[in-house]
Amino acid sequence: MAEEMETERADVREDGRRPPRAVVGSHRIEEEIFGKVFDRNIIARIWDFVRPYKKKVALAVVAVLVFTAMQLAIPLIIRHAIDNGMQPGGDRAALVSAIIAFGVAILVNFAASYAQETLVGNVAEDVLFDIRRAMFHHLQRVSLSFMDKTEVGRLMSRLQGDVNSMQEFLETSVLSVGDITLLIGIVVVMLYLDFYLGLLTLSALPILFIVRLFWLPVARKSFMAAHESNSVASGALAEAIHGVRAVQGMDRQAVNFTLFDDKARTNLNNHLHAARLAQVMVPIVDTLTGIAMALVIVVGGARVLNQALDVGVMVAFLFYIQRFFDPIRSLTLQYSVMQRAMASGQRLTDVLDVRVDIEDKPDAKVLSPDMDGSVEFRNVVFGYNPKHPVLKNVSFRVNPGETVALVGPTGSGKSSCMSLIHRFYEVQQGAVLVGGHDVRDLTQESLGRQIAMVLQEPFLFTGTVFENIRYHKTEATREQVIEAAKAVGAHDFIMRMPDGYDSLLGQRGGNLSLGQRQLISFARALVADAKILVLDEATANIDSYTEMLIQKALVKLLQGRTGLVIAHRLATIREADRIIVLQNGELIESGNHAELMRNDRLYARLYNLNYASFDDIPEDVIDKAAVASTT
Amino acid sequence: MTTVTPQASSGAAPAAASLAHVKAAGWGKGLSILTRITVMAFRHPWQSGAAIGATFIASAFQLMIPRLLGQAIDEAQGIGAGGSLGVAAQDALLATALLLLGASVLRGLFTMVQNYYSEAVGHHIGYELRLACYEKIQRLSFSFHDGMHSGDLITIGLLDLEGVRMYFSTALVRMIFLSVLIGIGAYLLISTDVLLGLLALSFVPFVGWRSSVAQLRLRATWLDLQERLQVLTRVMEENLGGIRVVRAFAAQAHEMEKFETASLSALTLAHQRVGIRVANTSAMTLSFFAAMGLVLWVGGTKVMAGEMTVGTLASFLTFMTILQMPVRQLGLMVNAFARASTCGARLFGLLDLEVAIKDKPKAPALIVREGTLRFDNVGFAYPSAPDNRVLDGISFEARRGETIGIVGPPGSGKSTIAHLIPRFYDVTQGRITIDGQDIRDVTLQSLRRSIVVVPQDSFLFTTTIENNIAYGDPWARENQIARASESAQLHNYVLGLPSSYGTVVGERGVSLSGGQRQRLTIARAVMLKPAVMVFDDSTAAIDAATEQRIRGAMRRYASDRVTLIVAHRLGSLMHADRILFVENGRIVEEGTHQQLLALGGRYKALHDLQIRPGDDALAG
Repeated sequence: MAEEMETERADVREDGRRPPRAVVGSHRIEEEIFGKVFDRNIIARIWDFVRPYKKKVALAVVAVLVFTAMQLAIPLIIRHAIDNGMQPGGDRAALVSAIIAFGVAILVNFAASYAQETLVGNVAEDVLFDIRRAMFHHLQRVSLSFMDKTEVGRLMSRLQGDVNSMQEFLETSVLSVGDITLLIGIVVVMLYLDFYLGLLTLSALPILFIVRLFWLPVARKSFMAAHESNSVASGALAEAIHGVRAVQGMDRQAVNFTLFDDKARTNLNNHLHAARLAQVMVPIVDTLTGIAMALVIVVGGARVLNQALDVGVMVAFLFYIQRFFDPIRSLTLQYSVMQRAMASGQRLTDVLDVRVDIEDKPDAKVLSPDMDGSVEFRNVVFGYNPKHPVLKNVSFRVNPGETVALVGPTGSGKSSCMSLIHRFYEVQQGAVLVGGHDVRDLTQESLGRQIAMVLQEPFLFTGTVFENIRYHKTEATREQVIEAAKAVGAHDFIMRMPDGYDSLLGQRGGNLSLGQRQLISFARALVADAKILVLDEATANIDSYTEMLIQKALVKLLQGRTGLVIAHRLATIREADRIIVLQNGELIESGNHAELMRNDRLYARLYNLNYASFDDIPEDVIDKAAVASTT
Repeated sequence: MTTVTPQASSGAAPAAASLAHVKAAGWGKGLSILTRITVMAFRHPWQSGAAIGATFIASAFQLMIPRLLGQAIDEAQGIGAGGSLGVAAQDALLATALLLLGASVLRGLFTMVQNYYSEAVGHHIGYELRLACYEKIQRLSFSFHDGMHSGDLITIGLLDLEGVRMYFSTALVRMIFLSVLIGIGAYLLISTDVLLGLLALSFVPFVGWRSSVAQLRLRATWLDLQERLQVLTRVMEENLGGIRVVRAFAAQAHEMEKFETASLSALTLAHQRVGIRVANTSAMTLSFFAAMGLVLWVGGTKVMAGEMTVGTLASFLTFMTILQMPVRQLGLMVNAFARASTCGARLFGLLDLEVAIKDKPKAPALIVREGTLRFDNVGFAYPSAPDNRVLDGISFEARRGETIGIVGPPGSGKSTIAHLIPRFYDVTQGRITIDGQDIRDVTLQSLRRSIVVVPQDSFLFTTTIENNIAYGDPWARENQIARASESAQLHNYVLGLPSSYGTVVGERGVSLSGGQRQRLTIARAVMLKPAVMVFDDSTAAIDAATEQRIRGAMRRYASDRVTLIVAHRLGSLMHADRILFVENGRIVEEGTHQQLLALGGRYKALHDLQIRPGDDALAG
């Protein structure tokens, strides 16, 4: 802090007023945009996705080559028409044959360009969707520990931005085959038509190459700056929209406007600079074209005058010159596309290569719905980081139909227990048994079907209330859904919504209160009708009216099921058949409320502190109670 | 009333959902919108003048090139100025070559000027519109934002703005360029040879038409595609965000199915778009070459008959090559006009909105003397549902130093009371005064400086904690920030962060828990030392023990201000000097905690719900 105070003092402006401690629109941390131009591994990985379409790709390349050949042929046909058909007293047949050749050439050109563009366009789209599907599918299987530490936004930018730049890359790679052939073709044809004149004209080519080589990095930097300032300004606008209530409540409009003006102005200047750089190439290319044409006219024209060259050749040269800067332009652009694609490809493979560490065994059994519903932890040792176990040798058994409350301070390992039953993570030692089977011997699918889980933060999907309650159990009838909703006490408020069960939920159920979302997630668990219910009670404060409904619903939910509840509310805890108290990853006591009270250890001490919920107890108080209970 | 603050969907493209709903504006309206953008462009007279001037000059030089090439070809054959005499003919060639070089260089330079200035004008318009948009969005009142999806506003501010910005360069200037090029070119060709000229131009109407049709269809399908991709994005985003639910229900297969459906629907359309594009570009190329073939044939026959020189024929062919690209762009131009008019309709629609809550003309600043807040028979209904009375006949008074608690069942209107005081909404009946001044008669700025609401949903800006706390007072001193943060019981937590107060939080920063966010929001409010401080259920996610400590810290300032606490947890407000129990928009019980308990009414019932149920041990 002291250091910052000093820098702050130095920041005082001349007018004695410090600049505001404020920004609008955060600076976005962009990911690496350009990679190596060519990376063999990544190309190989991309090729894996292209392989299913390799026939189409081969066909597209052929079409591109044919198309290019036609582009080269047309000036030659014109030359032929001029030199053989149009000389005074010329040969009419030669003209006719030239016209026929021209007709054939343009039809072939039509077919080739049609085939090429259709094939390339469609394959690029297909591959784009395939890559995205592969990634999405992979993300469904990778362990939660990967998902826990990866932001959704970051994954989304892989699934969208990076995948798109792959598509762009595929499209342009096939086309650049055409560009390269066209370039080589023009050079060869010109040299063939007239070696000397060809050489002279082509001398303009390397100049353009060199100019673009110097221009490109500068221009790219400027384009990037423009792109970046644009996204910063857009971000600031989005922030103003999302935070408008805070802005008005704090009366920040004036300050924000000034700050936004700075961002918008920077963006304006960056764009003007980028436009200048982009446009400066225009006269350069035009000048080089002009020089090449002038050379053909002066040198070639003189030779035509001396009858050393056919006039048709001169015409053909003039046509080629007008074309030959195009491939260079697109090839240099292709260079950036390649770099971008390599960087994106790297990120895509990073995701695709995340190991799936929880997989069904080849001989995995299906957990039968008739299993008894018991849950057992046998000497379980587990930690997200193996060096720091969260659970240290925990053993307990939950009998069929029993409700067990897991209780303990934050970090005691309650949530880990819950995740292990579902095999979200793998134990390091010991075993977790469900229905008498080690969860590692069961298929994940069948295990999941027998365990219903209610999370602390109810997560709802876009769609109707009905779809949310039914979720993946698509065979559930409307009656079943309504019955479940009635059972948990959600029916009334659902019916009050504009379209009842068919009302659309806003983004993540935003049009419902937390308590209501909770009830819907209860109904969802009820419809899933699993033998075992694992529930993480909400800690956030819910208004007492809804709270009452939730407590009632909970009783319904646990009826006839094995229940494992991470309990925060004393009412829930007291009503459990058994309470398991965890502390620092160890099971320190278990029993029902009365037994534990008699025990007079951590549970009794915490209970006697008279807090309405265990979560309300400050950490230092818990620590004191823990120390007291062990001594 | 639950105010929903939509969180930014991270990484997602701005919602295009509503785009399709906007129908093409009528011709008259469209024209007035385009005129409006044109007027904006001409407010930069030099730049737009330069762009248009350069367009004329550039097309003139462009038109010279085919003629010069034809001339050169003829001269090389000994036809024309120098005749076939060696030196003279060579001089003529040299002169033509130099002219051609000059024309090329000048064409390049003026094209550069044209492109640069037309883009520059667009960027300036974009800049002005961005500011106007930002300003408007910041000022529009809560009722507007309640009824508007944030994604739609972002679409207007980003995509629609882009459509308007591009109008000058891609529609207006391009139209001038194309008219000059095609018009004068046609004149030159036809005046040289009527038949051949018509043949050479025959592809223009076809290509222009095809390209316009294709572009308009591509645009329509693009909007459709965006919507489908939006669905796909949502499926993926929800899946990843709710991955625990997906795993918990072993619903991967179900999710893959959802993905496949959304993905296939987008892919099908993407394929269709490829089809539309390819069919049209190939047809356009074919018609261009067919016209060229005709010119070659008819022209060739004329050359053979001696009616025309090879050079003239070559200049026809070159001319066609030059025209080809711009004619293909006709479609882009038509599209740019269409886009500017629909985008403009939405953008200007937003910019022209009247701000509902604003200062009266010559409104004075609020002067706080005693700091007495009064509700005088206040009634309120949301503008979206004027018949639904949310509040009715609310009257109470709060003096400096007093704390008033407001409690009631969900939907009773208790939060609405909080929102009326800083004029987030205007009362529809009665009045609210501070020291006798109706809050509608004073400036909004002075009002909102004196009244701070700590909201239910805490919004964090993606910036440092320090900046977030000082949000309402960006010139605050370091120690003021630390003090506010201490009062909100946040200080110790912040010191434990890697860069303490410099730690970036928010959407792209360190994520804070619900309770921490609320504490930060409280600190933000404390900074401002307001005359009236309203807690709108702003401690729900804070545990009771911490809340108690916050309350202790607040007590220091409470004597200087009116404190209003809206809450459902009685522990948060039972210490208040007076408690109002609100139900169905009316105050039904009023008094201190003890009085209300003694009353044995609704407050008592709520109290009974909240104490540890069935806990007999407590009584002893």
